[in-house]
Amino acid sequence: MIKLLEARNIGKRFGGLTALSEVSLTIAKGEVYGLIGPNGAGKTTFFNVLTGAYIPDEGEFVFNGIELPVGKPHLVVEAGIARTFQNIRLFGQMTALENVMAGHHIRTKASVWGILTQNKHTREEERLTTERAYELLKYVGIERFADTVCKNLSYGDQRRLEIARALATEPQLLALDEPAAGMNATETTQLKALIEQIRHDGVTVLLIEHDVKLVMGLCDRLTVLDFGKKIAEDVPSVVQKNEAVINAYLGGGKHA
Amino acid sequence: MDQLAEAIPYLGKRNPKAARWLVIIIALVAPIIAMMFGRTWVRILDFALLYMMLALGLNLVVGFAGLLDLGYIAFYAVGAYTWAFLASPHFGVHFPFWAVLPLGAGFAALAGIILGFPVLRLRGDYLAIVTLGFGEIVRIFMNNLNYPVNITNGPQGINALDSMNLFGWDLAKSLTIGDFQIHSLYFYYYFFLACVVGSIIFIQRLQISRVGRAWAAMRDDELAAKAIGINTRNLKLLAFSLGATFGGVAGGLFGSFQGFVSPESFSLMESIAVLTMVVFGGMGNIAGAVIGALILTALPEILRNIAVPVQETLFGHVILDPEVLRMLLLSLAMILMMLLRPGGLIPAHARYSRPELVGKGVRT
Ligand SMILES: Nc1ncnc2c1ncn2[C@@H]1O[C@H](COP(=O)(O)OP(=O)(O)OP(=O)(O)O)[C@@H](O)[C@H]1O
Ligand SMILES: [Mg+2]
Repeated sequence: MIKLLEARNIGKRFGGLTALSEVSLTIAKGEVYGLIGPNGAGKTTFFNVLTGAYIPDEGEFVFNGIELPVGKPHLVVEAGIARTFQNIRLFGQMTALENVMAGHHIRTKASVWGILTQNKHTREEERLTTERAYELLKYVGIERFADTVCKNLSYGDQRRLEIARALATEPQLLALDEPAAGMNATETTQLKALIEQIRHDGVTVLLIEHDVKLVMGLCDRLTVLDFGKKIAEDVPSVVQKNEAVINAYLGGGKHA
Repeated sequence: MDQLAEAIPYLGKRNPKAARWLVIIIALVAPIIAMMFGRTWVRILDFALLYMMLALGLNLVVGFAGLLDLGYIAFYAVGAYTWAFLASPHFGVHFPFWAVLPLGAGFAALAGIILGFPVLRLRGDYLAIVTLGFGEIVRIFMNNLNYPVNITNGPQGINALDSMNLFGWDLAKSLTIGDFQIHSLYFYYYFFLACVVGSIIFIQRLQISRVGRAWAAMRDDELAAKAIGINTRNLKLLAFSLGATFGGVAGGLFGSFQGFVSPESFSLMESIAVLTMVVFGGMGNIAGAVIGALILTALPEILRNIAVPVQETLFGHVILDPEVLRMLLLSLAMILMMLLRPGGLIPAHARYSRPELVGKGVRT
């Protein structure tokens, strides 16, 4: 297995509340890795410290053998990690296409001078960005809404648009925070196919999800968090039988 | 330009080509028609063009990047004073036009970055208050830097600024061909018009580019913008400095057009007036800034020309000062806008992409 991401002893506190403590895990290249746990377990917080939105109190992340910068989200994206949000966060005044094009920002170079003079490089880059954004919309299945202002999209389509926007940053690791939340059964099935396709195309996926069926069906391995602590890590079939997990989560019936 | 044409009711949608020609023709003949009513009106049009540049620059900061700036007029001041320092008898230096204007723009951009750094973490109301303070600080400096060393000549301002000399052609001189005289106000008009058109083209190109999209992303959701790798610090500084550049250029043109500068031209009320133009026209779109600036420059002047004589005939003297009337009108415009058309006269439906580049349709 080739290590893609290694989290070492990650700790994060909010005042007196320990949201994460001594969380270590390793994600291999090419797998779909699950992160589950009850409400408030610290899953989203893990995403936030990973992507630089928050600064961890302890520990570090190693990505492709290099330590990730702390508290610098744009450098994390540049390194190859993209994320989506639990509560969808799109750019409301832009069309679906423009949202995805914005996602391509970090992989483009045109300078203000280039934009002012509209030189060849800038025009070519703009055309490629547009083309690529269409391809990505098609990839997630919402090409027909390319020119729709994104806030007019349905909930499920907004979730898919967010994935397309994240993919536009050309990540090696795609971190999805509850992508199936609020989706109906058909949409969830389509989402499952999409995530499988993404993996097939060489992007490693880190998945937070409450839909147990989806997690168990998709993930190669997963970690279970409870009160900020890792209580299990294994393949789904083993995790499902783990007593601590059943007590904390699966058997608790909170979401299962 | 296209956005302006599109904004024309009915015609804009039905016949874009005709609408565009209409805009061009109006822009070209406006001063000739204005001259029929008197020279003042051409002068007002010239000022309207300067305000358009200001509104366009401020729109870039507020409308595109979402950074509420209440001290924008400070950059106008920097541009105007640069001209006053480098091209007037005040210091006895007379740099040529092509050097002073870029220098003024450059200094304004620098001022934009100086303002930008400390306010990077602020947003909304807090940002508004700090920028407001910045604008006032600049004005107070201009007001007081006449002692112990006289730099700005204090509240009296600086007189006799050099006029614009375009490679040997002095814009301030009227041209006489035989019996026919072309007034210098025309030259200013067309030169300012060229500057405004240039600004519009530049800003339109910025809008549909990776920079424009990054600004819009930052404005719509800063956290998500960071999460797709946008370096919000750099883009904010870029917005402040580019916005300031337009202010600086307009300021330089203003100084030399008017022939003198003094701190009172750069009060907080001017910042608010420009912001009102942007909001009134429709935040975040180019046509809105242009039309907002035009209407809110022209209306108070029309009012001034009507209200003063009317008051004099009615009461024998002027009760309501025209400057008070202007503020009254601006506030009224704001209140009416908020009530009737919160999106502004031309609500933004700004485009940040060009699907036709790859042979696709436009937005619905
Ligand atoms: N910015 C913050 N400030 C204070 N407390 C926070 C902050 N973010 C998260 N927390 C707290 O940290 C704990 C972990 O929250 P987190 O959002 O990571 O949970 P989660 O596992 O994603 O839960 P859910 O399944 O509900 O999304 C919670 O108790 C939460 O209230
Ligand atoms: Mg969460």
